[in-house]
Amino acid sequence: MGAGAEDTAALEAQLFAYLENIPDPEIPVLNIVEMGIVRGVVVSPQSVLVTITPTYMGCPAMDFIAEDVVRVVSGAPDFNGRTVEVKLVYSPAWTTDWLSQDARNRLEEYGISPPDRSVRGPKRCPHCHAPDTKLVSEFGSTACKAHYRCLSCDEPFEHFKCL
Amino acid sequence: MSKDQFEYVLRAGDDALILGQQLGLLTGHGPVIEEDIALTNIGLDQIGQARAWLSLAGRLEHAASSELTLRDEDALTFLRDAPEFCNCLLVERPNGDFGDTIARQFLYDNYAVLWLEAMTASSNDEMAGIAAKSVKEARYHLQHSSRWVLRLGDGTTESHSRMQASLGRMWPYVNELFDVDELTTRAASEGWGVDPSKLRSAWDAGVNAVLAEATLSRPDDDFSMRGGRTGSHTEAFGFMLAEMQFLQRAYPDCNW
Ligand SMILES: [Zn+2]
Repeated sequence: MGAGAEDTAALEAQLFAYLENIPDPEIPVLNIVEMGIVRGVVVSPQSVLVTITPTYMGCPAMDFIAEDVVRVVSGAPDFNGRTVEVKLVYSPAWTTDWLSQDARNRLEEYGISPPDRSVRGPKRCPHCHAPDTKLVSEFGSTACKAHYRCLSCDEPFEHFKCL
Repeated sequence: MSKDQFEYVLRAGDDALILGQQLGLLTGHGPVIEEDIALTNIGLDQIGQARAWLSLAGRLEHAASSELTLRDEDALTFLRDAPEFCNCLLVERPNGDFGDTIARQFLYDNYAVLWLEAMTASSNDEMAGIAAKSVKEARYHLQHSSRWVLRLGDGTTESHSRMQASLGRMWPYVNELFDVDELTTRAASEGWGVDPSKLRSAWDAGVNAVLAEATLSRPDDDFSMRGGRTGSHTEAFGFMLAEMQFLQRAYPDCNW
C-alpha cells in the first residue's frame, strides 16, 4: 500500500481539476464539473471511480462524456495504471440549482438565457437584455432548453429551463 | 422478491420504451417544425427513462435467478417477442392523426406523473431514484400535452371535433392503467411498488379539469381494452416491434 490518505485526497482533487477540462458536448461554454454532471471521484490504490449523472434521462451525450472521463482520468499524472470505472447514477436528480452564478453569467454571454427560479421563463433576452420575450416552443435544440424570441430585437434565442 | 421486482420494473420500462418508439416514428413528420422537435424530444426522454428501468429490470432478473444470462436494456428491447412485452395498450396505439398522438400523450402523461410521484416513495432506492428523475420530465410533457388539448379542444370547430374523436379512440385504453393484479398487490404491500387504483381519483380530477377548460366532453367509461400487462397486444404492436427490432434480429450484435 503505497499511497496514504493524504495522497488519495490530493489525487481526487487533482482529477476533479482535470475533469474541468472536459466541455459539455452540447453547451461547450460550460465544463462537465460546473454543469454538475460529475458527482464524485473516489480514488483507491487500484482504481478510480467517477460517478456521473445525466441532465436528462435520454441525454445522448452521456456515452461520450463517459469516454472523455476515462481518457482524461487515465491520462492524468500520478494515475499509476489504476482501473477507471464510470458509474451512471440518477439520484439525487440533476437540478439547474447546481449551476453557479458564474456559470449562469457565461451562459448568457454565450447567447443562452440562464435558468432563473425567480421568473417563469427567461428573465431577459441574452442578446439585447430587453425583458419582453415570447415562447416559441417548449422544446429547443436539446432537452434542457426551450426556444424563445425577443420582442425587442426580434432575435431568436434558447432558454435553459429550470429543472 | 427480485422476480416480482423484475416484472414490475419491466412494465414501467416497456411503457416508456413503446411510447418512445412511437414518438420516434414521428421524426420528420410533425405538423410544424417546433412540434416535430417537441414530440421527438419527449420520445427521447421516454427512451432515456426506458433505458434506466430496463437496465434495472435486467439486473433484478439476474439477481432472482443467477443461472440466467444477464439481459441488459438492449437485450430486453431488441430480443424479446411480443408476448413478453408488458406495456399498457395505450402506449402502443398508433400515432394516427395529430389529435390521436396528443390524446394518447395527454392521458398517459397524467398517469405517468402520478405513478412516478408515488414511486419516489418506493422502499427500493434505485426505483425511487429513477422515478424522482423521471417525474421532472413527465411534468414537462404533461404541460405540453395539456396545452395542445386546450388549443385543439377550444380552437376551431374542426379541431374541436377531431380532438373529441381522438379522445374517444384512446379512452378505452385508460382503465387498464389502473388495474390491480397479484403483482401490483404484492408490490404495494411490500412497500416498493404502487397500488395503481389509488391514483385514479387524482387522475380523474386532473384530466377532467383540462377537458372542461378545453370544452371537450369526457368519453364514457363503459368499454375497456386490456391485456397489455400480460402480453396480449393489439394488432398494431407486431408491426411496430418488427420495425423496432429489425436491425438487431437481422444482424445480431451489429454495431456502428
Ligand atoms: Zn433582444
